[in-house]
Amino acid sequence: MKKNLNGKIAIILGTLLVFLYGIFGIPKGISGAALEAAMTQRIHLGLDLRGGAHLILQVMVKDAVNAETDNAVARIEQALSTSHLTYTQVLKPNPNAPQTIVVQGVDPAHSSDVRNELSDRFGTDYDVSGNSTDHSYTLTMKPSALADLSARTLDQSIETIRDRVDKLGVSEPVIQKYGLGENEILVELPGVEDLDRVKDIIQSTSRLEVHEVAGNPDGYASDQEALASLGGAIPPDQYLLHGDSQGVGTDGSDRVYLLKRVSIVGGKDFRDASAIGPNDSGRQGVNFVLTNAGGERFYDYTSSHVGSYMAIVLGDRVKNVAVIKSAIRDNGQIEGQFSKEQIDALSLTLRTGALPASIVPIEQRTVGASLGADSIRQGVIAAVAGTLAVMAFMLLYYRGSGINADLALFLNLVILLGFMGFSQSVLTLPGIAGVILTIGMGVDSNVLIFERIREEMRAGKGPAQAVDQGFAHAWITIVDTHVTTIVSAAILFMFGTGPVKGFAVTLFFGLLANLFTAVFVSRVIFDSHVNNKKIGERLSI
Amino acid sequence: MELFGKVNIDWLGKKWYFLAFSLCFSVAGLISMGIHLAHTGSPVPLGVDFKGGTEVQVTFAQAPDANQVRQATDAAGVHDVKIVSYDVPEKHELLISLPEQSDVNVDSSRKQILDALRTHYSNPILESSVQAVGPTVGRQLEKQAGLATLYSLVGMLVYLWFRFELIYGVAAVVAVFHDTLITIGAFALTGQEISLTVIAAILTLVGYSMNDTIVVFDRIRENLRITRRESLSDVVNRSINQTLSRTVLTSGLTFLTVLALYIFGGKVLSGFSFALVIGILIGTYSSIAVAAPMLVAYQDWRTSKGKSAALPAAKRGR
Repeated sequence: MKKNLNGKIAIILGTLLVFLYGIFGIPKGISGAALEAAMTQRIHLGLDLRGGAHLILQVMVKDAVNAETDNAVARIEQALSTSHLTYTQVLKPNPNAPQTIVVQGVDPAHSSDVRNELSDRFGTDYDVSGNSTDHSYTLTMKPSALADLSARTLDQSIETIRDRVDKLGVSEPVIQKYGLGENEILVELPGVEDLDRVKDIIQSTSRLEVHEVAGNPDGYASDQEALASLGGAIPPDQYLLHGDSQGVGTDGSDRVYLLKRVSIVGGKDFRDASAIGPNDSGRQGVNFVLTNAGGERFYDYTSSHVGSYMAIVLGDRVKNVAVIKSAIRDNGQIEGQFSKEQIDALSLTLRTGALPASIVPIEQRTVGASLGADSIRQGVIAAVAGTLAVMAFMLLYYRGSGINADLALFLNLVILLGFMGFSQSVLTLPGIAGVILTIGMGVDSNVLIFERIREEMRAGKGPAQAVDQGFAHAWITIVDTHVTTIVSAAILFMFGTGPVKGFAVTLFFGLLANLFTAVFVSRVIFDSHVNNKKIGERLSI
Repeated sequence: MELFGKVNIDWLGKKWYFLAFSLCFSVAGLISMGIHLAHTGSPVPLGVDFKGGTEVQVTFAQAPDANQVRQATDAAGVHDVKIVSYDVPEKHELLISLPEQSDVNVDSSRKQILDALRTHYSNPILESSVQAVGPTVGRQLEKQAGLATLYSLVGMLVYLWFRFELIYGVAAVVAVFHDTLITIGAFALTGQEISLTVIAAILTLVGYSMNDTIVVFDRIRENLRITRRESLSDVVNRSINQTLSRTVLTSGLTFLTVLALYIFGGKVLSGFSFALVIGILIGTYSSIAVAAPMLVAYQDWRTSKGKSAALPAAKRGR
């Protein structure tokens, strides 16, 4: 009784072609170099193999909360003033809990009006509670609003970082939420070895703003002097800011400036910045360009404030104070001491927008490209050496059937790599280890089948029957062992990160390939073998 | 070629030797973990991945002198660095590491070490790799690796429960736990660090040992279905003997591939392959010497309780 195997052989050849396509795509040629180029196009190497930088960044969401409540404080003050409701002050009592705002010294006669005003305007985002003994109201940001803000901050940070990395020209970067902790971002930059330059740009929180100068345009020598000139209290719509470390004062010393709290233009109003070389007086600076909307606002302000002073603030430092000589629309210059890197970073951050919160690296790894190449070489040598040793042994031990096992192993590797190509998975060093283990399990399946066939033959069965029975019995065991390991590989893939995940990927695909080659392909080869035997001829096993 | 003909070994008759052997190694592992715990505060030497810290791997132009490097870092105000030579001496590579640090230092320690070296050595230094992990991330990774292992064990237990019976699953998980304990003990004993890659290896050995156990269990299930009169220990013995040639061949071949990894895989994979070299030996042993005897012990216990003597073979056959 001969089996018709043509259909099955067609399936196997089809699978081989499909997965070869998975590995190589359509190569430009069939020379070694062309194949290698085609393969590197489809199978991506992990950072540990190709070299590059890996960062985990913590987004300080508190910064965003702080900015949000600062804004709210200004809005509360304005709302109460417009409704002619009196209060002593609005403040944020605890720097460690920036989500809480307190309105102090409310007039007891109008207490309920204040409550209504606060609830009406801020009730959607804040819980409002009153305290009748000291006539104050406390606004606390609702947990839902807080969570919302955190999520928005994280998303916005990722977008901004992605923008900046793209502008740096890093190819195939990974920038995504990192699942293990709260508010963490994973950044992977293949090929980047100079971490410092890239990281400074990614982390840069520099915000460029232009504020109106409220006090002395030359600034004050110290906070105390500034306070003294104001009679002890700073008006609520103004604040003090230091000059930058190089000093903008005429004598080069640190100065303190009194500025209007609300900026004239800032952040998103800027479109670009570029360096301008040292001018006649030896000063260098930055040329900035505003967006259309920002330019309109700037024009309105400058045309009505000719003769006033404005301060250019970069990263919470006053960089420059200039008198407004005429109306300016969308173009301006900042003079000062800037290094080339500072200007590049400023220009890049202006073009990509500011980060909504500061960012701190909590993990960083770099792998040099040469180390990566070493690892590939060693991993491949180990894989090839292991595979060859196993193949040689199978031939020696199982003779004719050894060819069968070796063919299955080879197909197994093709399918595994093809899967990697199709799924755009990343091959890492532990991934190569996973490949080696797949080879081990592939051999195990063949050994299980062969030993079972031998057992059946010892029991006196003929080749065709022994093959039938051997496969029938071994198949259950193979499914059980593979499904168990596939379950654990899948769990590792879901819960693992980095190396654990890379390992799980190749193991998972490898085991699927194994199930196919050991149970189906090996069977077909055996059957075709048995078909070609004369009656009474022995099976080479 | 055939290495095994018909074998007839009374495996269960040796169960007390097995128990003694397993206890010996488990206790040795536990003791070395205990000693390590007393000395360093963690039961096993943890790599930078888990405990946090900075590790800079530097390639020098000439053979580096560890003392000189230490002087350089000390002068730069970085104290308590650990310096070991990495890989073969011809490569002129040093691994400079700083232990635990706060999250804030993740960036600065790396910079300090490299700056110190750059000021001290005029010839170019190639920075081959840097790992700086803050304690927060380390703790997260540790927790996650533990959970992943736990979940995968539970997943396998549930599958075995579904395919066989609960006791088979329990026996297999106990055997795997035994293997893990001994392997981790070996790390504590030899003072090798457990990194994320080693965790991947331990998970592999869990899968491997499970695989080995299932092959034996599968045969027990099959044999239990054919024979009714034979005692369970005879069935278990016979099943182990019938699968012995496969067990030895597969373990031998897998051992071969792992050995290739250990020899050619280089320094980066050394912890990984060390875990597997030990794991495969112990995993093969445990299927025969731990998992299978547990089934018999369970049945003996049931009989002594006066319950039905027969061990349920399996819920579902083919």
